[in-house]
Amino acid sequence: MDDIRGMVLLLPGLQLLIDVLRESGWTVRGPTVRDGVVVHAEIESVDQLPAGVGDLQDGASYRLRERGDGAVFGYVVGPQGWKSLLFPSRELLWSGHRTGTEVDVEPADVDAPRLALLGVRSCDLHALEIHDTVLAKRAVPDAAYLSRRENTFIIAVTCSDPGGTCFCVSMGTGPVPDKDFDLTLTELVDQEGHRFLVQPGSDRGEHVLDELMTRAVGDEVLNAARTDRCAAALVGSKAAQRMGRSLDTDGLRDLLYANAEHPRWDDVASRCLACTNCTLVCPTCFCTSVEDVSDLSGTQTERWRVWDSCFTNDFSYLHGGSVRPSVRSRYRQWATHKLASWVDQFGTSGCVGCGRCITWCPAAIDITAEVGAIRSGEG
Amino acid sequence: MLRQAEGRHMLPGGAMVPRLFRLADRRQDTADTFTMMLEPTDGVPLEFIPGQFTMMSAFGIGEVPISVSSPAKVEGPLQHTVRDVGSVTHALARTQIGDVVGIRGPYGTGWDVEDGAGADVVLVAGGIGLAPLRPAMLDVLRHRQRYGRVVLLYGTRTPEDLLFTDELKRWENLGVEVLVTVDYGTPSWTGRVGLVTTLIARAGFDPRSALALVCGPEVMMRFTAMALIKRGLSPDRVRVSLERNMRCGVGLCGHCQYRELFVCLDGPVLPYARVAGLIGVREL
Amino acid sequence: MRTIEQYLPDHPFFAGLDPKAVAVVAACATNVSFKTGEFLFREGQSADQFFVVRRGRVALQVHGPAAGTMVVDTADAGDVVGWSWLVPPYHWLFDARAVEPTGAVSFDGACLRDKCEQDPQLGYELMKLVTHVMFNRLVAARVRLLDLYGTTKSTNPLLSPLLSETVISHPGATDAAPS
Repeated sequence: MDDIRGMVLLLPGLQLLIDVLRESGWTVRGPTVRDGVVVHAEIESVDQLPAGVGDLQDGASYRLRERGDGAVFGYVVGPQGWKSLLFPSRELLWSGHRTGTEVDVEPADVDAPRLALLGVRSCDLHALEIHDTVLAKRAVPDAAYLSRRENTFIIAVTCSDPGGTCFCVSMGTGPVPDKDFDLTLTELVDQEGHRFLVQPGSDRGEHVLDELMTRAVGDEVLNAARTDRCAAALVGSKAAQRMGRSLDTDGLRDLLYANAEHPRWDDVASRCLACTNCTLVCPTCFCTSVEDVSDLSGTQTERWRVWDSCFTNDFSYLHGGSVRPSVRSRYRQWATHKLASWVDQFGTSGCVGCGRCITWCPAAIDITAEVGAIRSGEG
Repeated sequence: MLRQAEGRHMLPGGAMVPRLFRLADRRQDTADTFTMMLEPTDGVPLEFIPGQFTMMSAFGIGEVPISVSSPAKVEGPLQHTVRDVGSVTHALARTQIGDVVGIRGPYGTGWDVEDGAGADVVLVAGGIGLAPLRPAMLDVLRHRQRYGRVVLLYGTRTPEDLLFTDELKRWENLGVEVLVTVDYGTPSWTGRVGLVTTLIARAGFDPRSALALVCGPEVMMRFTAMALIKRGLSPDRVRVSLERNMRCGVGLCGHCQYRELFVCLDGPVLPYARVAGLIGVREL
Repeated sequence: MRTIEQYLPDHPFFAGLDPKAVAVVAACATNVSFKTGEFLFREGQSADQFFVVRRGRVALQVHGPAAGTMVVDTADAGDVVGWSWLVPPYHWLFDARAVEPTGAVSFDGACLRDKCEQDPQLGYELMKLVTHVMFNRLVAARVRLLDLYGTTKSTNPLLSPLLSETVISHPGATDAAPS
C-alpha cells in the first residue's frame, strides 16, 4: 500500500477538490439530503453533503438518523444508483419528419456532460463495471452510454457503516473500492480529527492530486501518514464484518436453473406486488422499451427509449398474450436473470449486493431470503 | 476506459436509427397476410442471411420484428411477409406504394442451411412460418446439386391461409417433395387435413443425416421437433426459429430473454438441442 | 400384383407384426377400391370394417346445418381408417369418403374380433398397433384443438359462417414477434 500515492484532505481540502474539478470543467454530482433520503445532486460546496447523516435500512424500511460525528459519507446508499446519469430513464433516439410520402430521420444528439461522481460506493462501482459490459462492450454498443461513460470522473469512497440490507461481501463487490476509479476516499473520524485519505486510481486522478497539492495554501491537504493508512484499512475491514445480509453464491447459477418449478416462486408471488420498484432501484437492471410519440397530424415523430421492467405484463408480450402472465414467473425471471443467467450472458453476477431491492420493496421481499429458502428446499 | 472499436458504425442513437425503404410493390397473400416489396431510398441493398429478421417501423406507430422472406444474395427488392395482427402490422398493412417505412437490421442468426449440404433437407412450416423459411428454400434451390432430397412439410389453418401457392407448385416441379396439410378443410379442399407432424412419418428423407429447419408457433415446433427426433434425427440437426418480444434486435433491451439466451442475438434460429431443456418450462 | 399377405407387412401399420400373425389377419381381408366421391362408410351404419389405405385419399367428415360438410381428418397411403369395429355398439360415427381414386385393404371387423378373442396373444399385438395409431391421432387432434395458427381475432373456421359478425378484438394488441 505504501507504494500507492496518498494524501489526506481535511474538509476544506475536500472543498478544494470540488473546486479543482469544477474549474477543470467537471460538473460534480454527489450526495445530499432531499425529502428524507440521500440522493445525488450537483455539488458546489461541501456544505451540501449529508454531514452527520446516517441511515437505518431494512426490508421495506429506510430512515435517516443523526450520527453525531459530522461524517459526510456516513450513510450507505440511497434509492438512486448512478445509472440514471449515464443511462437516463428517458432518452430520445431519433426524430422523424414526414412530408408527403417522404420521411427524414434525424438521430438524436447525445448529451454527454463531463460528470464527476463524488462518493461512489464499491457496490455501485461494480454496477458501473457491469453496465460497461452490458451496454458498451457489445457487438452493437449503446453509443450514448459509451459517450457519457467516457466523460465520467469517479471519486469512490470506502463504505464505513454498511446498512441492514447490504451484502456486497457475499457478492465480492465491496466494501472497499478496488478498481475503476479516478480517486478513492476513505473518510476517517477519530481522535486525529475528521479527514479523508485520498488515493489515485488513474492518471487523471494523479493530475487532480498534483493540482490539489499546488493549490493548497494551508494544511487542508497533507501527505498521508502511516497511521492514516492503517486507520483507513481498518475502516474497510470493519465494514466487511458488518453486512446486514448475506447470500451463499456457491453453485447459485445451477441451483436456480434446477429450481425453475420450485414452490417458493409461488410463495414470493403471493407477496410480490409486481410494482417494479426493485428493478428501478437496481443499479444493474438495464431493460428498456421504446415509445413512438407523434403529433396529431402524424408529420412529426419521435422515438424514445424508456426504462422498462420485467415485472410488467407487457414486457414479454407476443401477439395474443404475454410469455410471463404470472407474477411467479416474472419474479423468477428477475431473480434468475440477476443471479444466474447473467453469468452466462456477461461472465459475472448481475447482483452487486447493494441491498436496494430489499430496502425499497414495499412488501419487504428479500432476494437473499428467497434464494436461501430455495437452497434449503423450503416451500 | 472504454473506447469505440475502430471503424465501428457509431451514430448517436447507434443501431436504433432505422434506414428508409420505400414500398415498391405489395401482394396480398391471404386475408390477413401480405408481402411488402421494399427498395432502399439510399440505393444500398440490405445484406442478410436466410432466417434473419429486421425491425420494421411504421412511423409514429412503432416497430416490430419481421423475418425477411426474400432470397439472400439475389438482386431485387427486400421482401417482408407480414400478418396483420397488431397496431404496427396494421399500419404496415395500410402502407401505400411509394410510402416509406423504417428498417433496422438485419438481426439474429440464420438457418445456415448449407450445413445440410450432402444430406437431405427437411423444412417444416406452420402457418406464416413458411415466410422465414422461404429464403432458405430458395438458397437450397439455387444450389440444388449440393443437397440430397428436399422436403417441405407445410401446415396451415385453412386452405385459404396457404402462402406462396404458385411457388409451392414451382418448388414441386423443381423436385421438392411438398406435402401440405390444413387443420380445417373446406368443402372444396381435396388435400390433406391433419396436423403437420403427421407428415413427418411419410416424407422421404434419411433421418440419419438430414437437416431439419422448423418454423411456426412454438407449440407446433415442440411437437414437430419431437416427431423428427422420433423418426431418427439428432436434436442438433433440428433447427427452430423462436419467437419472443424483440424491441431492439441487438441484445440491449432485455425483452427477448429466454433464460440465458437473447433470442434476438443468440436466435431466432437455434438448434433444438440448445433449447430442448427450456422449451418445456412454463412461462420461462 | 401382390397378394394381400405379401403386401401387408410393407404397410406401416403392420410393420413389425409377426409374419404368422399377418397371415392370420390376412384371412379376414379383401382388396377394395373407391372412385372419387364414393363413400367407404357413412355415419350411423354398422361398423363391420377396417381399412388399410394403399393409395389415394380418404376424408373423414361430419355434416351439420349451415356448416355443411366438415372434414376432420384425412387418411393417405400408409394410414388406416376406422376404429368403430372395435368398440360396441359397432356403429360409424363419421362419414369416410374417397376424395381421390382410392385403393384399400378392407378387413372384416367381426372376423378380426373373432380371431382376437380366440388368440389373445394376436389380439394384444394387434391392439398395440391400433393403440399406437390412436395415440398419434389423439395427440394430433389435441394439438389441432389449440388452433395454433389462429390469432386473437380468429373464430373457428368451421363455424365462421355463423360467427362472422362477432370478431373478438384484442384492444391492447401489439405485435412484437417476428411473423
